[in-house]
Amino acid sequence: MDLDLSSVEPFRAEVRAWLRAHVPAAPLPSLETEEGFAAHRAWERELHAAGLSVVSWPEEYGGRNATPLEWLVFEEEYYAAGAPGRVGQNGINLLAPTLFQHGTPEQLARVLPPMASGEVIWAQAWSEPGAGSDLASLRATATRVAGGWRLNGQKTWSSRAAFADRGFGPFRSDPEAGRHHGLTYLMFALDAEGLTRRPIGRIDGKPAFAELFFDDVFVPDHDVIGEPGSGWRVAMSTTGNERGLTLRSPGRFLAAADRLVELWHAYGDPADTALRDRVADAWIRARAYRLKGFETISRTEDAGAESSVNKIFWSELDVALHETALDLLGPDGELAGEWLEGYVFSLAGPIYAGTNEIQRNVIAERVLGLPRAGRP
Amino acid sequence: MKFILDAEQRLFGETLDKLLAQAGTPAVARDWAAGRPEPGLALWRSLAEAGLFAVAVPERAGGAGVLPVELVTAFHELGRHGVPGPYAETVATAVLLDRLSILAEGPAEGAAAVRRSGAAEGTPDAPSSFLAEGTAEAWLPGIAEGTVVASLALPPLVPYALDADVASVVLTVEGDELRTAAPGQVRESLDPARRLSPVVPGDVLAAGPEVAAAAGEARDLGTLACAAQLVGVGRRLLEVSVDYAGTRRQFGRPIGEFQAVKHHLANALVELEYARPLVHGAALAYGSPDFSREVSAAKAMASDAAYGAARIALQVHGAIGYTDEYDPSLLIRKARALRAAWGSPADHRARVMSALTGP
Repeated sequence: MDLDLSSVEPFRAEVRAWLRAHVPAAPLPSLETEEGFAAHRAWERELHAAGLSVVSWPEEYGGRNATPLEWLVFEEEYYAAGAPGRVGQNGINLLAPTLFQHGTPEQLARVLPPMASGEVIWAQAWSEPGAGSDLASLRATATRVAGGWRLNGQKTWSSRAAFADRGFGPFRSDPEAGRHHGLTYLMFALDAEGLTRRPIGRIDGKPAFAELFFDDVFVPDHDVIGEPGSGWRVAMSTTGNERGLTLRSPGRFLAAADRLVELWHAYGDPADTALRDRVADAWIRARAYRLKGFETISRTEDAGAESSVNKIFWSELDVALHETALDLLGPDGELAGEWLEGYVFSLAGPIYAGTNEIQRNVIAERVLGLPRAGRP
Repeated sequence: MKFILDAEQRLFGETLDKLLAQAGTPAVARDWAAGRPEPGLALWRSLAEAGLFAVAVPERAGGAGVLPVELVTAFHELGRHGVPGPYAETVATAVLLDRLSILAEGPAEGAAAVRRSGAAEGTPDAPSSFLAEGTAEAWLPGIAEGTVVASLALPPLVPYALDADVASVVLTVEGDELRTAAPGQVRESLDPARRLSPVVPGDVLAAGPEVAAAAGEARDLGTLACAAQLVGVGRRLLEVSVDYAGTRRQFGRPIGEFQAVKHHLANALVELEYARPLVHGAALAYGSPDFSREVSAAKAMASDAAYGAARIALQVHGAIGYTDEYDPSLLIRKARALRAAWGSPADHRARVMSALTGP
């Protein structure tokens, strides 16, 4: 057992030097606004030109074949440098792994390079008004037509969809099949004919997500991922990424925890040991998350349902960390700023990617082996 | 970078696990609690033969030098099996004695000889004094072999000597003085297998800032051992609670089918899963300037994770878990006791913060 990171130090130094020279001095406007979205897209282009937008991907798609350890180091440096949030994260972290696993060579060649450059930003379209935690009850349909499929129905809570270019998600292609069968995983253009999108203001009013109405939207065959009818399996292969390390790397929490310690140093009342303990706890937990990440990439076997353990930990850490910062700021905690933006963002964590209650069920049944309850 | 136990380290843990599973540790702990230490001392010697203390004793005294990853692997198993005895205290004592004897025999022989002469008078200007020749050598090989049981008080963080009534060596460090210690009457603990004694300091064995530094290292290693033990306690409590929830039936079904029970157990797992890498990370920081901080981080989280698992174990078991006779209740009590042993979570959070921001 060792924690010897010396082999990745040259990579770390290179990334750090580039970020130091290029990270914007002032934070970009919130990526959940039209202006901020555009600014973040331009930043993705700059990252891509430096070969840093998708370091873990193969070179042919715009990456640099970074190992998982190098990727973790990249993320540490990225967030420590205070670099902008990743507007392309839903495509890069959720769709791309699905394509690597289930996509055709043609799809990889066509979809990945513009994703890597920020030219095409992707939105995830899974939830429906009647299908949240109970995703398998989704009802939006894909109907077979000549050369492709027609989509009908409604998706909602689609993150980034207000300003993104394309979306992806499962649709019911065989209404007669069981809940987990007869689903097909598709990619579609958000400006397609017949598709109406209505941005939804999240709790602070920013249009961070949207609902999508499909009225005979045509999708060509080459935008089906995996076999028609196998959409549940395709979708579930993405959840491991969404709940696991990939979407929320340790780097972001390490950087936030370090900033929290600085905030304590600047504003903390030394007599307030209760608050000091919460600062310490956030820092300790961010360290634990980092070390657990090293453990995960050291293992050869698939973590599987353990990504649910991960999801609970990071989402609750994110909320606790930002709550502590706002408490530290006292009356200034309610004022717009980076900590408040982070707090609002963190509040969604225990809800999206499968609520933490669903994750606890998954852990209890698939990791601990407790008996399944009878479900409808 | 390979941040998981290697094959040998895993085998070491599995060997101890097997040995302890066959030893009937709950009965050993109950005997220990009742003042019948013989089975516990026999187990002590078996564990020493399996190499438990070798991983904290230097090679020149028959050990393997401090192997911190092996150490936490062993203490995890001691925790899982609820083994009674001053194991962490003995490991800490070994390190303390080793450090002070190295100083006494250090390369600057002239200086060491001068320093060795005469005990300190307790004034700031008094020259440091080190262990008399042969002191460490008298104890260290015995610790490695399992024939010497040591206990140690390090006030204020560790004010009582654990199981001093069965220890062959009882020491205390107060300020920058290492002294022998006479144990007072055993005080009753929530964990009946923890027999705690206040100590009356005796002869000065060594004095000077080097003693305080060596005591700091000993304290950190003992704290790390305790953190590993806590994670083991929590793990076993989770294991038995999952088993119980799968078999105990109410309303015509196993209680483990109910989400309220499932979520308790899932929460216990999440905390333990993140406490373990902190303990391993701290072990690997041994010898680095961050060791103390990493140990404190690990102890704070391991304490909370194990105590949380204990509360959940109690709740999932219901009344049976609240009985003295039910063996897992020994671990439920141990989790509470170890939470504050070697420093409370608040102590260790404060230490982390002072390492991060200065006092």
